[in-house]
Amino acid sequence: MNSNSIRNNSSGADKANANIMKPSQMPRSPMSRRRVLALGAAAGSLALSSRAGAVVRLDITQGNIQPLPIAIPNFIGGTQDDDETAISVTQVISADLQRSGLFAPIDPAAFLEKIATVDTVPNFPDWRTINAQALVTGRLTRQGDGRLKAEFRLWDVVAGQQLAGQQYFTTPDNWRRIAHIIADAIYERITGEGGYFDSRVVFVDETGPKIRRVKRLAIMDQDGANVRYLTRGDELVLTPRFSPSTQEITYMAYGEGDPRVYLLNIETGQREIVGNFPGMSFAPRFSPDGQRVIMSLQENSNSNLFVMDLRSKATTRLTNTQAIDTAPCYSPDGTQICFESDRGGQPQIYVMPAVGGPAQRISFGDGIYSTPVWSPSGDYIAFTRQYENKFAIGVMKPDGSGERILTEGFHNEGPTFAPNGRVIMFFRDEEGGPGPSLFTIDIAGRNDQKVPTPSFASDPAWSPLLS
Amino acid sequence: MGLDGSNGGTGMNGMSIVRGAKFAAIIVAGLMIAGCAKQQDTTGMTAAAVPGSPQDFLVNVGDRVFFDTDSSDLSDQARATLDKQSEWLNHYNRYNFTIEGHADERGTREYNLALGARRAETVREYLVSRGVSAQRMRTISYGKERPVATCDDISCWSQNRRAVIVLDQSS
Repeated sequence: MNSNSIRNNSSGADKANANIMKPSQMPRSPMSRRRVLALGAAAGSLALSSRAGAVVRLDITQGNIQPLPIAIPNFIGGTQDDDETAISVTQVISADLQRSGLFAPIDPAAFLEKIATVDTVPNFPDWRTINAQALVTGRLTRQGDGRLKAEFRLWDVVAGQQLAGQQYFTTPDNWRRIAHIIADAIYERITGEGGYFDSRVVFVDETGPKIRRVKRLAIMDQDGANVRYLTRGDELVLTPRFSPSTQEITYMAYGEGDPRVYLLNIETGQREIVGNFPGMSFAPRFSPDGQRVIMSLQENSNSNLFVMDLRSKATTRLTNTQAIDTAPCYSPDGTQICFESDRGGQPQIYVMPAVGGPAQRISFGDGIYSTPVWSPSGDYIAFTRQYENKFAIGVMKPDGSGERILTEGFHNEGPTFAPNGRVIMFFRDEEGGPGPSLFTIDIAGRNDQKVPTPSFASDPAWSPLLS
Repeated sequence: MGLDGSNGGTGMNGMSIVRGAKFAAIIVAGLMIAGCAKQQDTTGMTAAAVPGSPQDFLVNVGDRVFFDTDSSDLSDQARATLDKQSEWLNHYNRYNFTIEGHADERGTREYNLALGARRAETVREYLVSRGVSAQRMRTISYGKERPVATCDDISCWSQNRRAVIVLDQSS
């Protein structure tokens, strides 16, 4: 693989169709996320512009959030053949919103009005009666060229007005992505924050007994759907991380010779070694521009941080300590690096300039701090904390202030932020349990939820938004 | 509390004895079963290790040393084992070998990789100081990925904090 193929693959709308299993069969139809539904022109009587100051709005910066009651009747099939897909899309949207903890989809059995079209204004009193605050209506229609058209409208039931309306075109096998994109649009319009449903997670799938665990790289949608395996399990793989383009991952594997950091193109399946270091290289992570990989390199008893430019292949040493420096992660603007180091005796979190230089310790709570990861918006660093033989996931501000433990137990490790920075995924092992699973929790410590995976799972890394 | 598990508190001597006893018990059991099942064919059942064989190294020298929590320091017990190892390795110098460094599960993934490497390196340096040629050895860290004991308590964790000499069978 060369850097040209990276740039080519990361350009344009092809990202939407990433499918490493059958790359040759992948259609290349574009899917626009921002195409505003042109119903205003098609149906003039529906000129219900969304005014500022809508009543329905969820302030998720508040401490105690009541999930917003939302009605999501099944989308209408434009033709009879579309009915099944329309129902599936509706279910995925509803599940996304429910799992966020911010929405409470209303049982469809309570609905009074049957939505038969998206082209007319719903009967708001019917929806107010069942205490819905928001209503989503939508339609899926197979086009003459085989594409799928998805339309939806988000209604403010209390104010009796439209909040959003958009349409999207894609290939039918992309129906799940359409659902996630619509769920993101609803989430964004109601909360004012960016969404995160149209994203993926790369993780390590674990099978077999603990003393002979087989680990495979796997990728799935953030809701656990569409699991695909990227390696066969014949070699040990650890700590996969997404590139910003979502086309590549970097990870550590035990192949021939020393265990090292690799780069894998998930569309083509091509892989290459990152850097030509003597000894073990590990704990890789991409820079925010995707042009560099930062990692640890073992040097005798010590481990230091290095960065490699993926185009020039030039490597630069960033630290030179008689200690273990590892788990590096860039700030989203690329100017700083957080990492863990035991230079002070036991592992703590440090921040230093991205080019190296003096490092400031930022973790000063009780216990050992490790696996720091910077939030996409830059406001928090999440970490694993070990204290009194418990493992916790927490967040602190990049200056070390405002520390907050989100969950604590026998073993919680390896946080990764959702693209909007509001949710963290990590892996958890119960005491005496057979193996780890993935969980999500929001950055206030609410809404602790298991993520479905086919078997044991660890080392999750959340992708950026796919579009 | 510790990075890769709490120390048992009884020190490494007790742990080694327990392990040794367990190992002996397994061998005896194996012989008894074999003795019942097979009366004629005893090939492959040589419990008494041939001097200079990998089995000899395993049974009569010991292939591993143990470490305290989040430590790569060598205990007296570990030094004694390494002294025997270096003597054996110097005598049977046809063997190349790998030093595997391991950590227990009570640490985070990346740090444990580095900690395992540090433990393997400590053993490497010690063996070199006892005259074993550095050319014959390579090191590898498995972090917490290859536990030998999985019972989720302190006694198990201490068995996993180890460095193991694996002889290259082809050498």
